[in-house]
Amino acid sequence: MKRVLPILTVVVAIFALWYAAAVWLNAAWAYDKAERAERTLSISELVTDTWSQDKPKLPAPHQVAAEIWKTTGEMALNGRAFSKRSLIYHSWITFSSTALGFLLGTALGVALAIGIVYNRTMDMSVMPWVIASQTIPILAIAPMIIVVLNAVGISGLLPKAMISMYLSFFPVVVGMVKGLRSPSAMQLDQMRTWNASPSQTFWRLRLPSSMPYFFTSLKIAMAASLVGAIVGELPTGAVAGLGARLLAGSYYGQTIQIWSALLMAATLAALLVGLIGVLQRLTLRRMGMA
Amino acid sequence: MTTIQTNAPTPAVISARDLSLTFQTGDGPVHALKNVSLDIEKGDFVSFIGPSGCGKTTFLRCMADLEHPTGGSMTVNAVTPEEARRARAYGYVFQAAGLYPWRTIGGNIRLPLEIMGYDKAEQADRVRRVLDLVDLSGFEKKFPWQLSGGMQQRASIARALAFDADILLMDEPFGALDEIVRDHLNEQLLELWARTEKTICFVTHSIPEAVYLSTKIVVMSPRPGRITDVIESPLPKERPLDIRDTQAFLDVAHRVREGLRSGHGDDT
Repeated sequence: MKRVLPILTVVVAIFALWYAAAVWLNAAWAYDKAERAERTLSISELVTDTWSQDKPKLPAPHQVAAEIWKTTGEMALNGRAFSKRSLIYHSWITFSSTALGFLLGTALGVALAIGIVYNRTMDMSVMPWVIASQTIPILAIAPMIIVVLNAVGISGLLPKAMISMYLSFFPVVVGMVKGLRSPSAMQLDQMRTWNASPSQTFWRLRLPSSMPYFFTSLKIAMAASLVGAIVGELPTGAVAGLGARLLAGSYYGQTIQIWSALLMAATLAALLVGLIGVLQRLTLRRMGMA
Repeated sequence: MTTIQTNAPTPAVISARDLSLTFQTGDGPVHALKNVSLDIEKGDFVSFIGPSGCGKTTFLRCMADLEHPTGGSMTVNAVTPEEARRARAYGYVFQAAGLYPWRTIGGNIRLPLEIMGYDKAEQADRVRRVLDLVDLSGFEKKFPWQLSGGMQQRASIARALAFDADILLMDEPFGALDEIVRDHLNEQLLELWARTEKTICFVTHSIPEAVYLSTKIVVMSPRPGRITDVIESPLPKERPLDIRDTQAFLDVAHRVREGLRSGHGDDT
């Protein structure tokens, strides 16, 4: 209860603000309609109207909730969970490229980190490029990646996953370089006194020592992957995925659809990052490092 | 009868001749060691004592091939320190226990054995034996955080004893522990030395600890790091803790203190 109360307070505050903002932002349109119908609005009429418009500037929470239910739970109940109009289907599309991009990014990040830690040339040459890669706005190169990969005959899931990978390898490189270098000089000296080989030092000391850094990086990488997948769905004229829903929503002024896709993306991110948090706790507790 | 070699001296286990080590720093060269010569015989218990900066740890690290002398020569088991390290000739105990939190006590002791490629049965056997030696039987499955600081340090000594090295290098192993635990561990260390007949090099900055433990006390002084006195202890091999109240003990301690003071003459 002690932990729930503060969270509930914040949630209630957010809803209150949201409803108030909905009245404020949608009032103009409500007054406009009333003027054309040549009638005046009472306060309660104004509130009812601003909370129930078809294409509001800011939809009220219950409108978004109703839309989400209509496109998830209700469709699932009707056995149409994976219909193209269902948010479950779109979330699944986005999730699959997020997951693939995350795995590729993690693999690339770990590989680069090992290279940087073990090879002086890579240490000096790769790191600046890794940092430079993240200064390029992803929106600018996402279409290029899709076009170039399409030209060489790669389409579908992989190009989107590549964009996720592009965003997610960075935190893994930075975190793992730090993690693999975290053993103290004394611990490394100790390995030397036993005449341990570099691979023995890696598997028995450097890698286990890096685990706390690894999981922290994974959380950031997962969130970045999801952003990458959504961005990857925007410029492709993609027909599926949460990014496509966002884009379609903005074409047709379907603010309720945009907000429900946004909330789905946020929920997906929370679930995925939470999952890594659970893995982190289990692993580190088992390793006596929690 | 013809094989008896009466006058041939037994070769020293560790031998240093005019050993020097100079670090180049931004403020100019620092002479960590200058012209240090010393012989350590098999079965000796040698303590290195001196103020910080006298090079006692550096000297130990040279034996372990963790530092590289810039002058002079040194042999360990009649070969270079590097060859000795590759042959796993010594166990090294650091000031901190340095146990891996993700391994049990048994797992930590098994670590060097895994690295050196002992088979599983041999590993289990050795872990059991050294745990018994440092009085930690029954703690094999515990994790480091479940043990006190003194017990962790004992586990790290067990780890250094687990493989067949006949030299034990210890760098202020009990420096971070309180007096009572330290006394206890000193007593156990002597017992262990008597039982295993290893050659032990022990760095400390405690005079009573050095006198109590050693057969040979090497007094060092800083700037440049050098040996000012080598004291062969007249104390018997059997040493109960209360030997520290005897006149012989106090005489040795006095000589160590004199040696430390003379080395400090110029800047106190």
